[in-house]
Amino acid sequence: MIIDSPAVLESIRQEALKALSVREESNKATSAEAAGLQKGTPHMQILCCGGTGCKASESAKIVENFKESLQAHGIADKVDVVVPGCFGFCEKGPIVKIVPDNTFYTSVRPGDVEEIVTSHIIEGNKVERLLYQDPGTGEHISDSKHMNFYRKQLRIALRNCGFINPEDIREYIARDGYKALAESLNRDSLDVLADIKASGLRGRGGAGFPTGVKWEIARKFDAPDKYVVCNADEGDPGAFMDRSIMEGDPNSVIEAMMICGYCINAHHGLIYIRAEYPLAVHRLQVAIAQATEYGLLGKNILGTGFDFDIEIRYGAGAFVCGEETALIHSMEGKRGEPTLKPPFPAEAGYFGRPTNVNNVETLANVPVILTKGPQWFASIGTEKSKGTKVFALAGKINNVGLIEVPMGTTLREIIYDIGGGVKGGKKFKAVQTGGPSGGCLTEKHLDIPIDYESLAAAGSMMGSGGMIVMDEDDCMVSVAKFFLEFTVDESCGKCTPCRIGNRRMLEILDKITQGRGTMEDLDTLENLAKVIKDTALCGLGQTSPNPVLSTLANFREEYEEHVRDHVCRAHKCKALLTYSIDPDLCKGCSACARGCPAEAIAGEVRKPFVINPEKCIRCGMCLSRCKFGAIKVI
Amino acid sequence: MKVSCEALRQVEAICRKFGNDSGELISILHECQNTLGYLPEEVQRVIARELGIPASKVYGVVTFYSFFSMVPKGKYPVSVCLGTACYVRGSDKVLEEFKRVLGIEVGETTPDGKFSLDCLRCVGACGLAPVATIGEKVYGRLNPSDIKKIIAEFED
Repeated sequence: MIIDSPAVLESIRQEALKALSVREESNKATSAEAAGLQKGTPHMQILCCGGTGCKASESAKIVENFKESLQAHGIADKVDVVVPGCFGFCEKGPIVKIVPDNTFYTSVRPGDVEEIVTSHIIEGNKVERLLYQDPGTGEHISDSKHMNFYRKQLRIALRNCGFINPEDIREYIARDGYKALAESLNRDSLDVLADIKASGLRGRGGAGFPTGVKWEIARKFDAPDKYVVCNADEGDPGAFMDRSIMEGDPNSVIEAMMICGYCINAHHGLIYIRAEYPLAVHRLQVAIAQATEYGLLGKNILGTGFDFDIEIRYGAGAFVCGEETALIHSMEGKRGEPTLKPPFPAEAGYFGRPTNVNNVETLANVPVILTKGPQWFASIGTEKSKGTKVFALAGKINNVGLIEVPMGTTLREIIYDIGGGVKGGKKFKAVQTGGPSGGCLTEKHLDIPIDYESLAAAGSMMGSGGMIVMDEDDCMVSVAKFFLEFTVDESCGKCTPCRIGNRRMLEILDKITQGRGTMEDLDTLENLAKVIKDTALCGLGQTSPNPVLSTLANFREEYEEHVRDHVCRAHKCKALLTYSIDPDLCKGCSACARGCPAEAIAGEVRKPFVINPEKCIRCGMCLSRCKFGAIKVI
Repeated sequence: MKVSCEALRQVEAICRKFGNDSGELISILHECQNTLGYLPEEVQRVIARELGIPASKVYGVVTFYSFFSMVPKGKYPVSVCLGTACYVRGSDKVLEEFKRVLGIEVGETTPDGKFSLDCLRCVGACGLAPVATIGEKVYGRLNPSDIKKIIAEFED
């Protein structure tokens, strides 16, 4: 069926809404009581997370088991199994949600399926043991809206993730999908552009350039072939926002690319995506095929005479390709090396044609800005940073997951309210934002409202949205070294400051973690970092010293301890550790000796054992095996 | 290891499918690696000839991107995630243990061709950190002491 006018789109929306209305209604009001077929509920739905994280914990098997079980009970016609994108609460995955009563089951195993079907779906009794338990009160919470993890969130870019079936364009249409496109195509493109500018939307890929201004510049360059590029090369290790959006709501990205095309007068779209994201690629392919089938992509879209097509291009694993000029070279089949700007891609991009590059999360905001109005969007957030930001919250935190909060939320709210605090009751030490281009913030930064400016002022950056929490067991010198190893690995080698400068910095950090550093090294490190920041060619090089600079600024005493006292307080730097056995505490059980991979521990049973420091590889295996606390680490 | 004539004909066919367009080099390399498992020198030379570009350019692209490999992977490719979330939850120790148990370094394949060891940056299962993948299967919440048992699953 071809959707050739806004009226046809609306009729499809009305029809698709019927299937979705159970979910919509249940989302508004939740009854504490479980629904069940025997209680007279006519129709139920089982939503089973199909994001990468949950799939890694066998959610595909769970879906299969549900289908089999419903068949076996002869109720497959009354209960649908839907596989939406990421719910966000990855720590408690796989997630299974039951509609209409909105029961949110956590950590579901394939073996739990039969119980959910018989006791909940059929009899209408919730499976208590699979409900989320509040760590503070111990209370079971069955609706996600009442969990601290979700309470402070505002989902705009993630509005459809975990709600619609991403492989069914009709469900997207039911949620006002393609409405913004239909309305835009019947307006002057300058007015649409003005709305995007007025909303205050800024690039979510890291630098925060105003999206409307970017489009305006791209619009100025006239050429027969212009390109809209979606940058889906999410390279920050530990960030998975863009992937989740593409997996959970691919059509929002496609719709936004078309709106951008209309505004800047381009008719070709390219999505540059990591080949390491097979599921996101698949969902995009399905969405493009369905949009084409419905006539929402192709020629004469919605009968307005506007043409647009989209192709997918694959990345091949290079962090630098997140930089827009490098990305464009990679799409041209070349090494992904950045080039000096100007000329900006808006003037000469893909094969020399004017090209506008936006990141996935930025695009996902566009349709909803137009349907709800720029003033609505501009009313959320801080003075200079509007709307929300999605973060991938991970590391030493209780609630690992994907979250979306209004700009201006504090780090404390994210870490303690949403994230549930530091794992295992350990002491908070630092939070790293912005990935390899960002920095480590400390306790004293926890109360600043997050936006582009405040994070930069604190020595970090918004970045694409990775947020890694670290505790007292993390050595900040090692963390800086970890990020620098990444940058050295990923440097394209084109400019000298990045290629050679970062390597020299890594060598110095290595010296320090080996206990061979000098105080002078710390100054050299700082100088080098500043020079690289000022002289590197592209964004990757210019920001690569940030992890070093921010740890030096916030944790200088830790660097000094490594150098002066040869001590790593987090016990991470192996060369600075000595393992020994306390003869008074050792019971001679031999557990340590049996577990030692280096055969460095010897002794007689029931007598104290001894570690040979020559052979010891400081792996910590003995420490984890000793039940008597006899292993000492200094 | 010699590449068969049949495999090289497949490479030619892939190049032609993309219209021998040098702008499609990365897509061609992806498809060749999917078909053959790796991209040895002979394959790169055939691609260069088909696309009418120097072999050095193909080699330059293959070695630039971490996804492309010039050596065959093991029957069971092991990848340890070294993303930040996994790193702070101890993936370095997991990697060390894989190296020790398999007796190979990162980027190598065991002499029997069974296992190869690589690092990757974030599979996106940060809730399960630290994570490793063997083939398609994801192993989460790993402890160095689990590794021996996991590898044993794959012993015939």
